[in-house]
Amino acid sequence: MEMHVPDDIRQFILQFTPVLAIMTGLVVIVGKWMAHLFTSPTHHVLERGTYRILGVDPAENMSWKRYGAALLLSNAAMMMLGYLILRLQRHLPGDPLERASQTPDLAFNTAASFITNTNWQSYSGEASLSNFSQMAVITFLMSVSAATGVAAAGGFTRGLSRMGSSGIGSYWVDFTRVLYRLLLPLCFIMAIVYVWQGIPQTLDADVIVTTLEGSRQRIILGPVASFETIKHIGTNGGGFFGVNAAHPFENPTPLTNTLHMLGMLLIPSALTCAFGSMIKRPPQGWFFFGAFLAMFLGFLTLIYSAERAGNPLLAPLGVDQNPGAWQGGGNMEGKELRFGVIQSSLFAAVTTAATTGSVDSMHASYTPLGGLALLGQMMLNNVFGGDGVGLINLVAYAILTVFLAGMMIGRTPEFLGRKVEAREMKYVMLAVLAHPFSILGFTAIACLAPSSADSLANMGPHGFSEILYAYVSGTANNGSAFAGLGADTPFFNTTIGLSMLIGRYFTLLPMIAVAGVMASKKNAPESPGTLATATPLFTALLISVILLSGGLTFLPALALGPIVEHLLMLAGRPF
Amino acid sequence: MKMRCDQTANGASAPQGTGTRDAVAASWTWVAGEALRKLSPGVQMKNPVMFVIYAGSIVSTVLGIQALSGSGDAPAGFIFAVTIWLWCTVLFANGAEALAEGRGRAHAEALRATRRRVIARVLQEPTRASTSWPIPSDELTVGAYVLVDAGETIPADGEVAVGTASVDESAITGESAPVIREAGGDLSSVTGGTRVLSDWIIVRVSARPGEAFLDRMIAMVEGARRSRTPNEIALTILLAALTLIFLLVCATLRPFSEFSVLINGTGQAIGVTVLIALLVCLIPTTIGALLSAVSIAGMSRMMHANVLATSGRAIEAAGDVDVLLLDKTGTITLGNREAVRFHPAPGIDERALAEAAQMASLADETPEGRSILALAGKIFDIRRCELHGAETVAFSARTRMSGIDVDGRRLRKGAASAIRAHVERIGGIFSDAVTRVVDDVSRRGSTALVVSDGACVLGIVELKDIVKAGLKERFADLRAMGIKTVMVTGDNMLTAAAIAAEAGVDDYLAEATPEDKLRLIRRFQAEGHLVAMTGDGINDAPALAQADVAVAMNSGTQAAKEASNMVDLDSNPTKLLSVVEVGKQMIMTRGALTTFSLANDLAKYFAIVPAAFVATYPALGALNVMNLHSPGSAILSAVIFNALIIVTLTPLALHGVKYRMEPASRLLERNLLIYGVGGIIAPFIGIKLIDLVLTPFF
Repeated sequence: MEMHVPDDIRQFILQFTPVLAIMTGLVVIVGKWMAHLFTSPTHHVLERGTYRILGVDPAENMSWKRYGAALLLSNAAMMMLGYLILRLQRHLPGDPLERASQTPDLAFNTAASFITNTNWQSYSGEASLSNFSQMAVITFLMSVSAATGVAAAGGFTRGLSRMGSSGIGSYWVDFTRVLYRLLLPLCFIMAIVYVWQGIPQTLDADVIVTTLEGSRQRIILGPVASFETIKHIGTNGGGFFGVNAAHPFENPTPLTNTLHMLGMLLIPSALTCAFGSMIKRPPQGWFFFGAFLAMFLGFLTLIYSAERAGNPLLAPLGVDQNPGAWQGGGNMEGKELRFGVIQSSLFAAVTTAATTGSVDSMHASYTPLGGLALLGQMMLNNVFGGDGVGLINLVAYAILTVFLAGMMIGRTPEFLGRKVEAREMKYVMLAVLAHPFSILGFTAIACLAPSSADSLANMGPHGFSEILYAYVSGTANNGSAFAGLGADTPFFNTTIGLSMLIGRYFTLLPMIAVAGVMASKKNAPESPGTLATATPLFTALLISVILLSGGLTFLPALALGPIVEHLLMLAGRPF
Repeated sequence: MKMRCDQTANGASAPQGTGTRDAVAASWTWVAGEALRKLSPGVQMKNPVMFVIYAGSIVSTVLGIQALSGSGDAPAGFIFAVTIWLWCTVLFANGAEALAEGRGRAHAEALRATRRRVIARVLQEPTRASTSWPIPSDELTVGAYVLVDAGETIPADGEVAVGTASVDESAITGESAPVIREAGGDLSSVTGGTRVLSDWIIVRVSARPGEAFLDRMIAMVEGARRSRTPNEIALTILLAALTLIFLLVCATLRPFSEFSVLINGTGQAIGVTVLIALLVCLIPTTIGALLSAVSIAGMSRMMHANVLATSGRAIEAAGDVDVLLLDKTGTITLGNREAVRFHPAPGIDERALAEAAQMASLADETPEGRSILALAGKIFDIRRCELHGAETVAFSARTRMSGIDVDGRRLRKGAASAIRAHVERIGGIFSDAVTRVVDDVSRRGSTALVVSDGACVLGIVELKDIVKAGLKERFADLRAMGIKTVMVTGDNMLTAAAIAAEAGVDDYLAEATPEDKLRLIRRFQAEGHLVAMTGDGINDAPALAQADVAVAMNSGTQAAKEASNMVDLDSNPTKLLSVVEVGKQMIMTRGALTTFSLANDLAKYFAIVPAAFVATYPALGALNVMNLHSPGSAILSAVIFNALIIVTLTPLALHGVKYRMEPASRLLERNLLIYGVGGIIAPFIGIKLIDLVLTPFF
């Protein structure tokens, strides 16, 4: 049967398929490598030296409480350090441009943002931060927050792979190994490729050039290439420059655009394979990968089709939005010409799925349905998800699904050969509850705050979407913004900062507890009477539970934002 | 071990026909009264889901009264319509619980009638001649000796210390045939409230007043001692969390709505009545309302199968059991062996052997003996004849033989070893050929009964264990469900292996001692399995105590009953299979209702969300996919559907979802289709229909 596929859709398929194919290939390699680094009994020289200096016993088998405390306290200390540097920036030497210190609320927001792997920026990078701050606060926190997430996923998975154990391993070892064996080597290689592609890597602050018009222009430079590596591999996403990955220095070529996407997807996708390998059920890892991929493709299709259709309100004005030889067509508002609708949609889908927040187009300018899909991925928070936490969130939903479906086969639910009982359910539900509580709760508070409407660039449902997006992005630790909300106010800085902390630690720590409780349980042998979780049926059910529970939680809010905006757009009213 | 044998392979027993057993459905007035009585805040507090509906009903009642005075949240008529249905939701939930309790209540009433206060005759010494004095039965102490004569009621649970008597236990078991209770052995336990029919016994009291078997039974069936099971607690946590999420969704909707009105400049914010309606529709009301009814119904289904569970926890564990230890005798085989073939010794005519065996069995009233007569009659048409001057030799534990001396012949039959000893002692020879046949017979899983005439071995009668019909298929079904069956028997390895193969069990334990049994259970448990078993003897008690689900036979000893978490009043070991079934069915029902409840929410959103916001954004009317008449009718339809679905599903909660022996994947597919997909579709249809009915009123 011959089917006519329009050229632009064929282009779309040709452009996203290789990215996902390469990602899938890397899943095996990086996944195996991560499984090895989390289970290998030997410590490298550098690691042994680090443990000795820090006085850490690498053989310690931490209980989940101690593991969680180590994670929380070390994160708190690093956040405090970042906060102090940002507050004292003006007084620190070495910045020829003498950029001012951040205000207390902004510094809190920035420190919270980067320690939680959110990288929401209420400031504009080049205008507000010295090169020292960019390195010592931003790049440093980007690295350790990513390492925290991946280490937590390692400890979490190890807990699920154990039976009758009192502990889930050493947080210090997991953290150190992720940093030394995974992030640093990956970033080093990537940085060299980026420099080759033309991304600046210098300690100079700026160059002054004479433009074609004869005027003089200051062009900000800095250690951008190294920043870009951890920004994407660490699913961080804050921009060195205000316009983020749309800036030619952050994203100069099609290759860097593709590498950025692969970098964002690398660890979240590969963790599925590492998970399967560590729990000695490789198919389970692949079915989780399949769940990620299926949801991602669904959202990607929704975004692309909405953007491709363009804005019907422009048609009567004589604007040609059809694809043709000279243009990609579609809704081009807020998109770079060099990326077009296809690369922008793909990048936006990746960055909100992997909760990175790096952007190469303006999400606020997406069509309402495109914006809905971006919001949706972050609301679910487990379509690949951020480094480490994406997998953990997916497993939380898998346990929830097991509980619902498991009862229907007439047994106490079991997951990975362990019974799911009241205690784990309590922690799982705490993790599942924290996310909507932060999003809906803070959005409601912002709606009640009299000053909120002043921060909006748009009225009507789009204005509501701007506020909702801010807290969704913060809670999901994404960091991308629906530009338009003037978020650098004490109110937004504080509440968005809090939403990031809640979104991070109130989902991560309860799941560490789940791992600890599961590790202490005894084996419940599997039989034909056990609910098999590595099956297409269970995976479909898992996706349904995620979509249904996400939908039920956020549908009313979405109805007042993007959904009504879409309906009004169809009725001829723009916002 | 001795067991009462059941001739049906199917363990599901029909309830006995006496009045006590048929738990008469509670009257509707009683159910309605209970439903109202349960409106007290103390009762409602126990269930987070129901408490939210309860609180919502109160608030909307207040709003309705406020609306009457002029300035209201919405038109008073609308608020009251919603309020009435909210209260109905609460009452329907209460009613379902009362209905479930009512079934047990009738049973409890009947039991209580038997628990009369009687005056017991307490003895100083456990002898009939000892001095005695009267003490009311509720003041008896543990260890006291009580004399019970024919016609008297046994005052308390205990063990027979002296004597033998026939006892009428129909009050508890529903079985009208009297049973024998005697001192020592496995038939020594007696239950308070039962009646001695003939002879007398001296009972040593083993339970304090109020803690007796009958008291426990009454407490169980009334649900008074019902504590939540682990799975129920976990489910309650899930339901509470979902309730919290939807509470949050609804609570934040008001600010969202106000803000939308502010930035849009038109419309009005969502009213509190609508928010309460939305909340009640979204929280998992169906399962929240029926959860306790499901658990109580599980208990009463056990009761219906004539099994008394000491806790809901035990029933739940029964659903999880994946290893069944089945006693061979009574469970897998009919209790009695049957003669199937004569094997004459070399040089002996088969008919001569048959005649000798027949004569040796004339006085043998055991089923085995009678089956020899039957076989001889069938093959050689040998009829029973009267023998004059014959002297029968009864079976004795010392000689392990029985037989007859007639016309100078000394016919004996017995186990091979016993006959060998017998003939060799009087100078005969037990030939190798006979030994080989004996071994062959054993290897087939049969028992060899050797027949001798004086010092001459005539041959062998092969007695075969008869495996119950249909068991092989049933065990195959269990295997498909992931349940392993292990046969436990005192027989030797050869016999056990043959019967195990014939019955189709997964494994067997031969020459089993109680210690072996205990070890086997521990080994399975160490591997993470949950083990169920039945037992009745004193020496079964340790294994029963160790097993996760232990079903004691009511005919068994007090020790076995104490160690078990279930008692089968029919004393039918095959009942173990039904016990597993009821356990699974209970958990399945919970899962099905939870899934259904959550799947329902989608349609309710499409009814309420457009209705709630259409004033601010008329464009949201596009979400009204069901094309409901008006915002008011849409909201009310959703609330009414939510209330009526509780009533509709109450029978399902009480009877349980249909249970099939299938692998997990098939069960999941089927139930997902019915309760998941069905749960999504049903409310779209239901709400639309209700809306059509309501249309004339709006």
